Amino acid sequence: MLRAALPLLGLPLAGAGATEEPTQEPGSPGEPPPGLALFRWQWHEVEAPYLVALWILVASLAKIVFHLSRKVTSLVPESCLLILLGLVLGGIVLAVAKKAEYQLEPGTFFLFLLPPIVLDSGYFMPSRLFFDNLGAILTYAVVGTLWNAFTTGAALWGLQQAGLVAPRVQAGLLDFLLFGSLISAVDPVAVLAVFEEVHVNETLFIIVFGESLLNDAVTVVLYKVCNSFVEMGSANVQATDYLKGVASLFVVSLGGAAVGLVFAFLLALTTRFTKRVRIIEPLLVFLLAYAAYLTAEMASLSAILAVTMCGLGCKKYVEANISHKSRTAVKYTMKTLASCAETIIFMLLGISAVDSSKWAWDSGLVLGTLFFILFFRALGVVLQTWVLNQFRLVPLDKIDQVVMSYGGLRGAVAFALVILLDRTKIPAKDYFVATTIVVVFFTVIVQGLTIKPLVKWLKVKRSEHHKPTLNQELHEHTFDHILAAVEDVVGHHGYHYWRDRWEQFDKKYLSQLLMRRSAYRIRDQIWDVYYRLNIRDAISFVDQGGHVLSSTGLTLPSMPSRNSVAETSVTNLLRESGSGACLDLQVIDTVRSGRDREDAVMHHLLCGGLYKPRYRYKASCSRHFISEDAQERQDKEVFQQNMKRRLESFKSTKHNICFTKSKPRPRKASRKKKDGMANMEATNGKPPRDLGFQDTAAVILTVESEEEEDSDSSETEKEDDEGIIFVARATSEVLQEGKVSGE
Amino acid sequence: MGSRSSHAARIPDVDSIQRETGFSQASLLRLYHRFRALDRNDKGYLSRVDLQQIGALAVNPLGDRIIDSFFPDGSLQLDFPGFVRVLARFRPVDDGDHGNRDPKEPEPLNSRMNKLRFAFQLYDLDRDGKISRHEMLQVLRLMVGVQVTEEQLESIADRTVQEADEDGDGAVSFLEFAKSLEKMNIEQKMSIRFLK
Repeated sequence: MLRAALPLLGLPLAGAGATEEPTQEPGSPGEPPPGLALFRWQWHEVEAPYLVALWILVASLAKIVFHLSRKVTSLVPESCLLILLGLVLGGIVLAVAKKAEYQLEPGTFFLFLLPPIVLDSGYFMPSRLFFDNLGAILTYAVVGTLWNAFTTGAALWGLQQAGLVAPRVQAGLLDFLLFGSLISAVDPVAVLAVFEEVHVNETLFIIVFGESLLNDAVTVVLYKVCNSFVEMGSANVQATDYLKGVASLFVVSLGGAAVGLVFAFLLALTTRFTKRVRIIEPLLVFLLAYAAYLTAEMASLSAILAVTMCGLGCKKYVEANISHKSRTAVKYTMKTLASCAETIIFMLLGISAVDSSKWAWDSGLVLGTLFFILFFRALGVVLQTWVLNQFRLVPLDKIDQVVMSYGGLRGAVAFALVILLDRTKIPAKDYFVATTIVVVFFTVIVQGLTIKPLVKWLKVKRSEHHKPTLNQELHEHTFDHILAAVEDVVGHHGYHYWRDRWEQFDKKYLSQLLMRRSAYRIRDQIWDVYYRLNIRDAISFVDQGGHVLSSTGLTLPSMPSRNSVAETSVTNLLRESGSGACLDLQVIDTVRSGRDREDAVMHHLLCGGLYKPRYRYKASCSRHFISEDAQERQDKEVFQQNMKRRLESFKSTKHNICFTKSKPRPRKASRKKKDGMANMEATNGKPPRDLGFQDTAAVILTVESEEEEDSDSSETEKEDDEGIIFVARATSEVLQEGKVSGE
Repeated sequence: MGSRSSHAARIPDVDSIQRETGFSQASLLRLYHRFRALDRNDKGYLSRVDLQQIGALAVNPLGDRIIDSFFPDGSLQLDFPGFVRVLARFRPVDDGDHGNRDPKEPEPLNSRMNKLRFAFQLYDLDRDGKISRHEMLQVLRLMVGVQVTEEQLESIADRTVQEADEDGDGAVSFLEFAKSLEKMNIEQKMSIRFLK
């Protein structure tokens, strides 16, 4: 601690020096005054950037010092320590310089310190989880914040009427409402800081965290509305103003989100073309995201929402387009910036608290506020959860609710907002500032400290931190498809319908537009997980010395630990590297293990697949090891798959949208021919159909009637014909199969 | 409620279906209406063609497999109890069920194990109780876009089977399958909320 304080001691002295008139060239003592000065002290020239750098340095040093002691960090969340450090530093500064030098300035905060944190959280937010729980998140963010604001404001006003708040606090109902609106917002910075240490299960985390991000819009609107009401004077407020207030809520939030999405689109589009200029990719990401923030801020829309949406929206395409190194660079830079900003925020919070000229104490107000925010938050959470649980599949139980209400931390945003108040319009500002400081400190320190033991005590379902295995990734997709299909059967558009539809829209149009060709080709989620797993394996393989000799000792991170010899990883590595060579197991691995034979078999399978040309359909056709039934079944299945694809392209041609996919096109063309041939074989091999053509014709017609548009060009009509034929044939296949294969 | 029950009475065997599947009357009624709506020619049963007419199923990669799962043992006609029996897998899991359940009674259709079994059957086409690599590959092929080449698919299939396979038989048995998914919230992922 002392070490950290030392550089700071230099600051007030220098600062004090700077506030005096800059003395010209004091130089080193004893130098001849005129003539060339060998050494000059030019503090005032480097003052500003030097200070900034020093602050950041102090913050980082503080972090290092904290983490030296394991015990401390396991008990106390970092944010607490930082605030306390800030308090100490502020005390030192105050003592030395006799006035508070460094404050949390709202301008700095909103323009420089908050964006990195929000960007980081938006970019790394698990989008699937977020959208799964979007209903709950929105409810808590909008309804919850409104509830908190109004009840707290009203309760405080009631407290004042009851005389518990000293009359020197001159505030009316509107003032209290304004105060309520700024104090009731759950703060993303604080929540992140504390919850990351605590590791609750991911649903809970995403709900609280999502709420803290999305309530920004509500807070901004409420704050501005109340502020303008106060400025207009409560007598002048009319009904239309209330309506305008409500409307502005929608404008601010949707506008902010729209801005974010526009910039996400731009970002994804520009990264598509940066193949030759890899080095600017991370820069692009940050610049455009920051531009989104600033644009929203400029238009007085919700900037946090903008950045969140930007991060959420662009991530998939940007990750596909930029190089691996750029991805790492982006990830690390974001994390660094965010952590740095967070540290500074907490420190400055501590320091700003020390300046007693800015605030005035009133016990009634302070205690009342503390009590009310806790009480009303808990009440609000309980009520909303009760309503939400009627609609949720997995209800939020009592423990979740406790954590949610307890985890509603207030932080720097509230503080910045209260500092922004105009003292001339709101005479009670100083009291509000004091209250805010106490509230923020209380929530971050006390609640931050106690939430971990609370969680442990309540035995909340902790999050299981594991990267998805290949199985889970695959099966997750399977379940999604199954669920979507069953919902179609049942006839109700559940959530999955929309997700499926979105994914198809995305696959067809967005991904083509926004992702680089080469990336688009291989970008498939399952492959991605597999690719990453293999890279991890390769790295750890190399780390373990890369010895092929004893594969028994090999443990790879992605495989569940098994004592039996893991499938010799070298083979896998080499297979994965996509080399077309047919590797011979015996040649590479020198140690015989029990699984060799199996390896060899699988290996020859692979080889068998590899020699054939690369089209999937063809390769599957030429598998010689599949038995006859299986072959037929496989034909049929792939055939049906093609039929489906035909149906898709059938639909898309109907809509006259780009059928100009150059890459898959030749495959489709060849597959068509394959289909034709296979089709003929299949039909020849079949016994005469029992079902008349009328049935299948009926299918055609109904399929067609599902598409309401008319096809325009004759070319598309030709496609339609082909599509129809295969639909017809395929269905007869299906119907036949039930009879032929006697399962 | 009187009119409700008279509607429900139109459903044949409604009581036994209700007991077997656990659906509420309202859900059963809704499903019955849907069944009738799907049954275009008023045959009284559904055929594959009826289900295939649901356009969205045709573009679902697993659509055909799911349709097949409605027709167990290669039958061609699907009656209402059979229809409901399959859909019962997707009922959300009530915690209340577990408490009062008589341990001697068969497991409810929407238990976690049964949900997993349903998914398992989609993979395991030859019904030998194991997902072979080949079956895994087939599923992969269905589910993965044209961008991925055959080699890559096969490697993936290998890897997937390896990961889950514990006894080293090169195929994934049902228990191994369940074990590999023990961390996944199946109850949530395989449940349709409004099917109470």
